[in-house]
Amino acid sequence: MNGFYIKINNKKILAKKDDSILELARKNKINIPSLCYHPDLPVKGNCGLCLVEIKGFKKLARACSVKAVPGLEIKTNTAKVIKSRNLNLELLYAEHANKCSTCINSIDCQLLKLVRKYKINVTDFPKRKTERKTYKFANAVEIDGSQCIDCRSCIDACQLLSGINYLQLKGRGIKQEIVPQTKRDKLSGLAAQKQGFTCIYCGQCALHCPVGAAQEQEQISDLELLLKNKVKDEILVAQIAPSVRVSIGEEFGLEPGTLVTGKLVTALKKLGFDAVIDVNFGADTTTIVEAQELIDRIQNKKPLPLLTSCCPAWVRYVEYYQPELIKYLTSSRSPQMHTAGLIKTYFAKRNNISADKIKIVSIMPCTAKKYEATRAEMRYKGKNLIDIVLTTRETAFLIAKNKIRFNSLKDSKMNNILSEHSGAGAIYGTSGGVMESAIRTALHILENKKLPKINFTECRGMEGIKEASIKIKNIKLNIAIINGLANFQKIADHINKYDYIEVMTCPGGCIGGGGQPIPTNSDIRIARMKALYSIDSKKKLRKAHENKYALKAIHYLESQKLDKKLLHTRYINRKK
Amino acid sequence: MDLLKKIKKSDLKGRGGANFNVSKKWNLVINAEGKDKYLIINGAEGEPGVKKDEYIIKNYTKELIAGIELISNYIKAKECIIFLNHDYKKYSKKIKSYINNDNIVIAYKPESAGYIAGEETTMLNILEKKRCEPRSKPPFPCESGYKKSPTLIHNIETIYNIYLLSVDKYKENRFYTINGKVKNPGVYCLPANYTIARILEETNNLPVFKFFVQHGGQASGEIINSSQLKRQASGCASITIYSYKDTNHLDLIKRLVNFYFNSSCGKCTPCREGTYRLKQMLSSEKMNWPHFLELIDNLENSSFCALGSSLAIPVKSYLKNINSEFKLNL
Repeated sequence: MNGFYIKINNKKILAKKDDSILELARKNKINIPSLCYHPDLPVKGNCGLCLVEIKGFKKLARACSVKAVPGLEIKTNTAKVIKSRNLNLELLYAEHANKCSTCINSIDCQLLKLVRKYKINVTDFPKRKTERKTYKFANAVEIDGSQCIDCRSCIDACQLLSGINYLQLKGRGIKQEIVPQTKRDKLSGLAAQKQGFTCIYCGQCALHCPVGAAQEQEQISDLELLLKNKVKDEILVAQIAPSVRVSIGEEFGLEPGTLVTGKLVTALKKLGFDAVIDVNFGADTTTIVEAQELIDRIQNKKPLPLLTSCCPAWVRYVEYYQPELIKYLTSSRSPQMHTAGLIKTYFAKRNNISADKIKIVSIMPCTAKKYEATRAEMRYKGKNLIDIVLTTRETAFLIAKNKIRFNSLKDSKMNNILSEHSGAGAIYGTSGGVMESAIRTALHILENKKLPKINFTECRGMEGIKEASIKIKNIKLNIAIINGLANFQKIADHINKYDYIEVMTCPGGCIGGGGQPIPTNSDIRIARMKALYSIDSKKKLRKAHENKYALKAIHYLESQKLDKKLLHTRYINRKK
Repeated sequence: MDLLKKIKKSDLKGRGGANFNVSKKWNLVINAEGKDKYLIINGAEGEPGVKKDEYIIKNYTKELIAGIELISNYIKAKECIIFLNHDYKKYSKKIKSYINNDNIVIAYKPESAGYIAGEETTMLNILEKKRCEPRSKPPFPCESGYKKSPTLIHNIETIYNIYLLSVDKYKENRFYTINGKVKNPGVYCLPANYTIARILEETNNLPVFKFFVQHGGQASGEIINSSQLKRQASGCASITIYSYKDTNHLDLIKRLVNFYFNSSCGKCTPCREGTYRLKQMLSSEKMNWPHFLELIDNLENSSFCALGSSLAIPVKSYLKNINSEFKLNL
């Protein structure tokens, strides 16, 4: 059907049948506020903020639920709209316990932004949820019921994006509450067919929460304590994940996808870190280890497909929900753990520092990385390798809290033996990046000579499932990339037709991670993704195994017989 | 004559409260795309003070089932579900004794579901074992209702009228539930164009004391004074008489607000939070009426479903027609 015009605030706007009025208005720079609407999720119509007047209708309509039809005339700013919208905002604000001064989400909080923008009288109603419980999921994520505004986006994120269905809505009316599922709950109908019984810590609930009720479990206070009690010979090291450098700028008003590696290094140094190390380096070592395993499995007829394991939420999913897949997971540790292991050994040795004196803080796009860092299987000499894991949001909050003017910072370089990396390491932060990196290396080794092909574009993009057959001379690799864990179910019963599968729980991979800046949507994720591919394409080194420093580091661990301990891990069937 | 033509000619309106044109609804369902079509008979009757569906179930069971079968055949329904108030389980034996088709089943509204369960999309959610709350419209049930298929939803009384039309006995009557402070409470079948005054006269229920009236349900019905009876009963056509003197007027408002507060499913802000704050205001020492009315207006203008909006009808009409007449100091 051809386009037609509708009118919003007397402005003619080209529309197609069934276009959402909310989306159309926003595309045309007409702002309509909403808290429960999220472009990643189905329309709910709960919050009552996107109210508009439709010509010919007495009752106000919700712009999120109205679809374009020829002749439609909409007003978004009448007295009636403003009165109702502001009152609903006031009612929502009265649900939300005031913890703004210490809340990590206060930078991104959409409720706070709207209350300020519309100058809402926030004292008319007393807060009604202050006694609500906080549910904590390991050390990763928490849901604070006293801040929840009942938009229910967390439930949809858990069910539709991650496919876990762990969060549920209990009670009705004002008693309704987001609660974690327990095995004991009796369920009927659709819910009983597949109901999650444990959290995988992906943090998609937090990423899609407009008010920070679902949030990472903050470790800023731990870091402040670490900085305060730091003794002279102690070395505080920050290691930054591939995707954070293209997203953290958004927290300071920069465009999505702005590359701010240099500023981030400066900011971390200003905060008191002695060294900043690049997890892209660990991504290269991960690629080398994982590619070798892929080759070994192919050549020695070991179990295939090989499944990636650098996403800790995915690993937890396998261990709890589908432990029969454990034998397919690569034994390689993730870049976060590789880098940390190398810091405590190789870096310490080369810099003449005692490993005990090094404190490691990870800067991650992810809430599940907090959990990964504390996995018992990841310990070295009986201790956790990493002391603290901060999300992108926490890091930005910390920088802002210390009144560091991020945008005017000068660039610094990391300048250490764990900072050189290939382009392959850089793209780890996006869906398909791990696969592409591993293929670049594995095919090179299998072909036993330099492979001219570098870009495997079949791995790229934002589709939920990407499949390809990669043929080079005698080798044919059937691959699949799962972008968003909920998509895994679609291939779960025929995984054996593939040789290698990459799974990232979060849509877009780590650039869409649960610890990334809010808001998120597909345009933002694409901008971040492009920024990562642009780092890759500008690099001279494009393949992980061409990174001599990475090879050297691996050789060091092998020579010390530490490779098994620090480059590999194991998984446990935790299904009960 | 063809049944649909008869319905169209009669200009029959739905008797569930919304007065939707029945033949239009049929056309929407018949022309909707979808292999399977469903008929759902809404007998949730959750509006307090309305008992006419129960009256029909009890007294015209045979006609009701015959009507369902006629419609089912006409729209080629895959299944017909009679959705009943849980209090009407006592009639299930009688209903079943008239059912000859396997495709007609009875489902009961859960006791906990309350007022909202009669809202058609909420009813669909209950039947599909989903959360008891309304769905977004569009899509309307006519296009995508039960199991995402085109679904014809009619109130019990509408079905009964369709049956009467099919046997050429329809007389443009409707069922009035009369209650409150009256001599002869009960359900009466009288012409649809009668005024409230005439109905009260003919049933010998016109009070001799100072009174006011709520018509169309004790929750969502409009409240009028004794000089305003020259109008037809709205909604589900109940008529409730209140004695002016014996009624605690503030309690009346409190009862209304409490009913909506307890019925709120929790989905949307204006209803969930609004009714809670209204309730709080009514129990506070100093009542802020302008603020109270702002919340009522907000509920009317921005509630997700029609039920939430409807609290404004009795509250505003009470304040306009009764309170301003008698200058009460609530």
